[in-house]
Amino acid sequence: MHALVFIKQVPDASQVRVNYETGTIIREGVPAILNPFEAHAVEEAVRLRSKYGGKVTVLTMGPPQATEALKECLSRGADKAYLLSNRIFAGSDTLATSYALFEGAKKIIELEGEVDLFFAGKQAIDGDTAQTGPGIATRFDIPLVTYLIKLDEVDFEEKRAVATRLTEFGQETLQVPLPAFFTVEETLNELSHSPLPWLIKAARAKFEKLSGENVKLDSEQCGLKHSPTRVKKAFTPEKRQRGETLTGSTEELVFKTSDILMPFLKKDLQHGQND
Amino acid sequence: MSTKLKYDVIVVGAGPAGLAAAIVLARAGVRVVVFERGRLPGSKNVMGGVFYSDCMKDIVDEFPGGAPVERHIIDQRIWILDQDSSVGFNHKNELFNQKPYNCHTVFRAKFDRWLAGEAEKAGALIINSTVVKEALVENGKVIGVKTGRPQGEVYANCVIAADGVNSLFAKSLGLRRKIEPEDVAIAVKEVIGLDEQIINDRFNVKSGEGATIEMTGSYFNGEAMAFLYTNKKSVSLGVGMILKDVINNKINPNNLIEHLKRHPSVAPLIEGGQTKEFLAHLIPEGGYKAMPKLVGNGVMIAGDAAMMVDAIHREGSNLAITSGKLAAETYIEVSEQGDFSKKSLSRYVKKLQDSFVLQDLKKYKGVPGLLQTNKDLLLQYPKLLNQAAFEMLNVDGTSKKDKEKLIWKNVKQEIGIGHLGRDLFKLWRNMG
Ligand SMILES: Cc1cc2nc3c(=O)[nH]c(=O)nc-3n(C[C@H](O)[C@H](O)[C@H](O)COP(=O)(O)OP(=O)(O)OC[C@H]3O[C@@H](n4cnc5c(N)ncnc54)[C@H](O)[C@@H]3O)c2cc1C
Repeated sequence: MHALVFIKQVPDASQVRVNYETGTIIREGVPAILNPFEAHAVEEAVRLRSKYGGKVTVLTMGPPQATEALKECLSRGADKAYLLSNRIFAGSDTLATSYALFEGAKKIIELEGEVDLFFAGKQAIDGDTAQTGPGIATRFDIPLVTYLIKLDEVDFEEKRAVATRLTEFGQETLQVPLPAFFTVEETLNELSHSPLPWLIKAARAKFEKLSGENVKLDSEQCGLKHSPTRVKKAFTPEKRQRGETLTGSTEELVFKTSDILMPFLKKDLQHGQND
Repeated sequence: MSTKLKYDVIVVGAGPAGLAAAIVLARAGVRVVVFERGRLPGSKNVMGGVFYSDCMKDIVDEFPGGAPVERHIIDQRIWILDQDSSVGFNHKNELFNQKPYNCHTVFRAKFDRWLAGEAEKAGALIINSTVVKEALVENGKVIGVKTGRPQGEVYANCVIAADGVNSLFAKSLGLRRKIEPEDVAIAVKEVIGLDEQIINDRFNVKSGEGATIEMTGSYFNGEAMAFLYTNKKSVSLGVGMILKDVINNKINPNNLIEHLKRHPSVAPLIEGGQTKEFLAHLIPEGGYKAMPKLVGNGVMIAGDAAMMVDAIHREGSNLAITSGKLAAETYIEVSEQGDFSKKSLSRYVKKLQDSFVLQDLKKYKGVPGLLQTNKDLLLQYPKLLNQAAFEMLNVDGTSKKDKEKLIWKNVKQEIGIGHLGRDLFKLWRNMG
């Protein structure tokens, strides 16, 4: 088995704050992390490897600092990590990114052999577009299963997989021929506690570098200039009002809270009766 | 099971002590691995923090060089706070504006990560997100550690415990007794964002230059030390109080900092600022008398784990760096004989005694106890000092002579002259 996982290093969105005066995002001091969905993608691939043997390769497109996220993938058990870097990628939207990753992946197939399963997170927490994975699958012209929550069955002899995905209305179980592309939900699996030797290997690892030098890249499809996505408008979400703090004895507090809540409860009760 | 993991030295904790040890060891070609429980070095660390440069001499080529520092400190102030007043002293000196700078403010999250990068460059292996659970001991000798991960046992000739104030490691080996509430301070700190120019104006410094204010006094109900340090675009405001006083006076540490923010001498300096971070941490302040045994068979203890903090001069990180370095040098020396017994490693203690680390800690060994048993020093005297300053500076028609009498009357009433003499003598003996 050979699994290739596309991963992205992202700012920890839970620590990003908005400067309400200027309407901009405060990026300063926000740690970079592995896109959480992709931690689960790596986990799934590593589990498959322990069951069927084979190897897990990861690929990211990004600046040299993105090696931190690659290192985490190796700590989580990936065998080899590739970094695809090039100045011409700057400003890429999902179309240009999926092109670059597609070319990178083709190079990896050339170096590491055919891939049976491609994985990526369902989306990156810094953009939430959920388009890059599908973009790569389309370029490869292979089956795509988005929002994967369970890999029910993988058969390497028959070259097929049975997979369950989350939809807006429920769940859907599909059978797909391999190779196939899966974008994964966090509920797909629980992250396991990596054994120490994996971390030691990751700390020592060298990353494989891909760039314009060893990957054939069409500059007409890369970077900001060839990214059709335009930001039409950006707005600042309304600042959440600070809650009111009630003080007083327990008894007073009971009355104060019920005074506040009662009107809402009454409204709800009336609704209930009307239905 | 895979082959046994074996290194020359295991360092527990990637704080200043552990990283300094790792750098010195790795540079000498020693195979060293550092375990850090945080996601990254520094992610769990809290410090005011003023970092003194001198200790870096043998650690990096040129400090600060590429290190992430905030401002170099040219003006240091000490304030004694009473309820609505303060008496202060300051020292500003152009010599502090010359390279190599005496000290800088730093953020530990950035600083530790940078130092870890230096250690990796030197060849040390840094393993994050990994807790060391206990020592592996054989025939009374530490032969490695057990981490909290599967297949997590690692072996080494020697372990350097640099795991900070709580040092479970030293405790588990019986090298250290339980921490007593009078030996540690609990410190809370806020990073308050302010414009660079506003900081420059309020503290009377230029960009790059910084000021520090240390505060104590009767404004706090207990043995408290507070600080306000300038960073590039923020100030660090913090207050620490001996845990015993926190417990006895039923103080909520979070309220301490709110209390501090309201003081009329502090409030205008932080006005309009936005709190960016809130942190809490322990500081080992028990001093020399609270120190654990520093060596055992196959193990040395450095930094906060060994209670190496000079609370009077707010020095800790430099003692940590120096002790880590000395532990590493000790290992390198004794490894020629291959003898890592307690006796052989006791060279480390000798090195510490010859350095400022133990000399300073010894010099002030009586102070923590003195302050605990003589609460007047931090409660009555600051009040009297503030009253005296007010009397002398407030012109209200009373003659200066009568004012002096009034001040003495206050002293006699509050403390008594004999007591004053004894206190001053004690203080001089312990601090002089
Ligand atoms: C509020 C505050 C203000 C301070 N201000 C100053 C100042 O201005 N100047 C100054 O010089 N000093 C200051 N200090 C003191 C200074 O922070 C410490 O003395 C210094 O950090 C000690 O370094 P260390 O390496 O010994 O320990 P630490 O910095 O505490 O590092 C210990 C490391 O070990 C890790 N660790 C702990 N247990 C384990 C385990 N079981 N397994 C793996 N890893 C573990 C921790 O996560 C941590 O990274 C201040 C401290 C506080 C709390």
